[in-house]
Amino acid sequence: MGIRMFRHLFALIAAVAATAAGAQGAAQEYQLANGLRVIVKEDHRAPTAVHMVWYRAGSMDEVSGASGVAHVLEHMMFKGTKTVKSGEFSRRIAAAGGRENAFTNRDYTAYFQQVPKDALPLMMQLEADRMSNLLVTETEFSREIKVVMEERRLRTEDQPRALVAEALNAEAYFAHPYRWPVIGWMNDLEHMRHADARNWYARWYVPNNAVVVVVGDVKADEVFALAQKYYGRIKARPLPERKPQIEPEQRGVRRAVVKAPAELPYLLMGWKCPVLRNVGQDLQPYALEVLAGVLDGNESARLNQSLVRNSRIASEVGAGYDATARGPGMCFLEGTPSQGRSAAELEAGLRAELARVVDNGVTEEELARVKAQVVASQVFKRDSIFGQAMEIGQFETTGLSHRDIDRVLERIKAVTAEQVRAAAKQYFADDNLTVVVLDPQPLDQAKARPAPPRMRH
Amino acid sequence: MGSRRGKLVFLVAAAALWMAASAARAALPIHIWTTSSGARVYFVASRGIPMLDINVDFDAGGRRVPAGKAGLGGLTYTLVRAGSATRSEEEISRRIADVGAQLDGSVDRDRAGFSLRTLSSERERGQAIATFAEILQTPVFPEAAFAREKARLVDGIREEETKPEAIVSKAFYRLLYAAHPYALAPTPETVLRIEGADVEGFYRANYVAERAVVTILGDVDRELAGRIAEQLTAGLPRGAGAPAPLPAVLQPRGETVHIAHPASQSHILLGLPAMTRKDPDYFPLLVGNYILGGGGFVSRLTLEVREKRGYAYSVYSYFLPLAQEGPFQIGLQTKKEQAEEALARVRAVLGEFLAQGPRAAELKAAKQNLVGGFALRIDSNRKLLEQVALIGFYQLPLTWLDDFTARVEKVSVDQIRAAFARHVRPDNLVTVVVGSGEK
Repeated sequence: MGIRMFRHLFALIAAVAATAAGAQGAAQEYQLANGLRVIVKEDHRAPTAVHMVWYRAGSMDEVSGASGVAHVLEHMMFKGTKTVKSGEFSRRIAAAGGRENAFTNRDYTAYFQQVPKDALPLMMQLEADRMSNLLVTETEFSREIKVVMEERRLRTEDQPRALVAEALNAEAYFAHPYRWPVIGWMNDLEHMRHADARNWYARWYVPNNAVVVVVGDVKADEVFALAQKYYGRIKARPLPERKPQIEPEQRGVRRAVVKAPAELPYLLMGWKCPVLRNVGQDLQPYALEVLAGVLDGNESARLNQSLVRNSRIASEVGAGYDATARGPGMCFLEGTPSQGRSAAELEAGLRAELARVVDNGVTEEELARVKAQVVASQVFKRDSIFGQAMEIGQFETTGLSHRDIDRVLERIKAVTAEQVRAAAKQYFADDNLTVVVLDPQPLDQAKARPAPPRMRH
Repeated sequence: MGSRRGKLVFLVAAAALWMAASAARAALPIHIWTTSSGARVYFVASRGIPMLDINVDFDAGGRRVPAGKAGLGGLTYTLVRAGSATRSEEEISRRIADVGAQLDGSVDRDRAGFSLRTLSSERERGQAIATFAEILQTPVFPEAAFAREKARLVDGIREEETKPEAIVSKAFYRLLYAAHPYALAPTPETVLRIEGADVEGFYRANYVAERAVVTILGDVDRELAGRIAEQLTAGLPRGAGAPAPLPAVLQPRGETVHIAHPASQSHILLGLPAMTRKDPDYFPLLVGNYILGGGGFVSRLTLEVREKRGYAYSVYSYFLPLAQEGPFQIGLQTKKEQAEEALARVRAVLGEFLAQGPRAAELKAAKQNLVGGFALRIDSNRKLLEQVALIGFYQLPLTWLDDFTARVEKVSVDQIRAAFARHVRPDNLVTVVVGSGEK
């Protein structure tokens, strides 16, 4: 063992330190008869690989009263199958030298392992096993649901800004399931049963609803053969109908206040914005990406320069927009007012920056700066096989193709100043806007919450 | 969002590790030299991607800050980028962004570190490095930026003082380190006391060439790396002399402190000062901690506290090795109503581990992961850069990298038990609970 690893190490270092150019090619795709799609990107810089399974099922596929079940099932996926007992999955990956985790989002649920490349077949064997043989027992569920509730306490209940974000989604969406949080409402978690998780699994965990992504020191043909061997025996099943659940048009600004223990206020503003549906024809999502870059793409970008450095209204500001999503899109501005300044002053400052874009547009220099960062990021991302696999999975599960990744970047590079101005004018309108403000409460006056009702199971 | 584990704590625990071989041994082709101004340089060529990463680390972390002025280290670090002899803060930001470069970094208790990532093509590389060189060597600390950053720091501290995770961490370090500067955390009072001259003085005394380490990794050759290192360091302050010696880290008196907070969960930390970067027990503690609380889902703490009882989403342990004894820390968050039960369980797990050490099967599994997964620690430029930078900053032995897997393999159950007995003495164990009030 020792000697083998020793040589392995040297080979690795040589690989990282002195890779020839062209070690990396385009991703390749293969579809099994059961509908499972496998996407492989070879990257031979180091003898490691990342293996991911993405299911096109996230919190937007949940129904009211069962919020959080997608994420709870993600936890249950580590709790045993017919042949791999609870905890064994993680032990076997650890013993293979691997690292693993999983994540749930509104649009998808994904599982990954980072491993020495020799361990890839084992990863595929284990993931294929839990794609079809998962057990969701009442005993395991009753323990794990407590963990999930602790997760919600940690990440949301006791995090004022997370409560603000949660409130914003709940205000902005009346009908679309983006209105509830990925982790679920606490009351829904308290009343969830193992059958809910089991039904979720039965409904969505099928090969025809999954994408396997492998990036690393592998041969695509060999990965396809392994996928056939391990995943090929799983039967396809029809998926439930997905209702469109189109959000009705917003008719006027919406506002909410969240009170929580904090020192400073916090302001979050969200405007309904489009997302990419047709990579070749859409224009506005690219313009909105560039706008986010002009506003907040670097330290000298407009929001920081104007509101933090110059007027000092804010101690922090930010802009956000994600052009890829299965559901509706949103453009965000956020910030923390400086001591002695109010959320209203900060809102006015942010609005003034938007008005500047709408009235005067953006400069060619700003445009070039954002595009330079896009160009550089295309190179930088090659340093991380994990990042590359994430990007492929996100594109694939939000209705786009991995082949669109570079096309999207090319289209961003073609955005004009006028397109940015037009997009700002069209979407940053009050009728599309939801505003949530954190009203900070002193710690000593904040009442400790009563204990939650005891679990029934 | 909604990830199953809050943080990959085992990375923190194990992030330090191995050492690069000397160039002569040709394992990892690290080139090491000293610049004309006395900065040490560690260079690894990596030609696969047309990009370049450069770290410049100074022995200018929190431990160098005089008592009563906590916050000076962080403030100086921030203000270094706020204007140079020839360019404004805005121009600096723009010149970095215009070539798609990224300038990041952080300050911890030992280090003030800057990292630049740039394309290696001549125009982009040239502009990014020239700007980086100006920032490091000719900062002017403008008055307006000084006032602004001071106010922002105070805002940030006041906000932190409302957060249970920050409150527990600050109290924990205060109890562990008492009068040692590792205990220091900025407060509004200490920050407001800082004057412009303090920042300038801290820079002159600590951002000095002789205590700088430059790590270069990427698509350049040795000759160009040499010129880059000169460009970044030739004009650094010189001759500040050796820094004032720091007091020894003393072991604290074991105690449990409760701090009231309205949050729904109690945030709990247990620990004590434990290990330096060069500790001879490094490997037994690393491997032992993997078994106790560093190994993600398979650690004892996770199995006993999370998997079997559902007490916490995140429970972990790690050693944070520093220049002087850095902390051993166990952490968890659990709803207030069960905080005492969860804490009792953590103590039982630790007590049993200290008394009996790991089982042979656990040791075998730990070695399988740490040895088998070794490649994952250095499979990108960024990861390798971080490792080489640590090696440089802490001047770890040059054989460490070669020896890493062999040293893990050699660790025995008895060594782990003995190392934990030496470094984790229950009489010195400090516990802080933020949430439920006085007990």
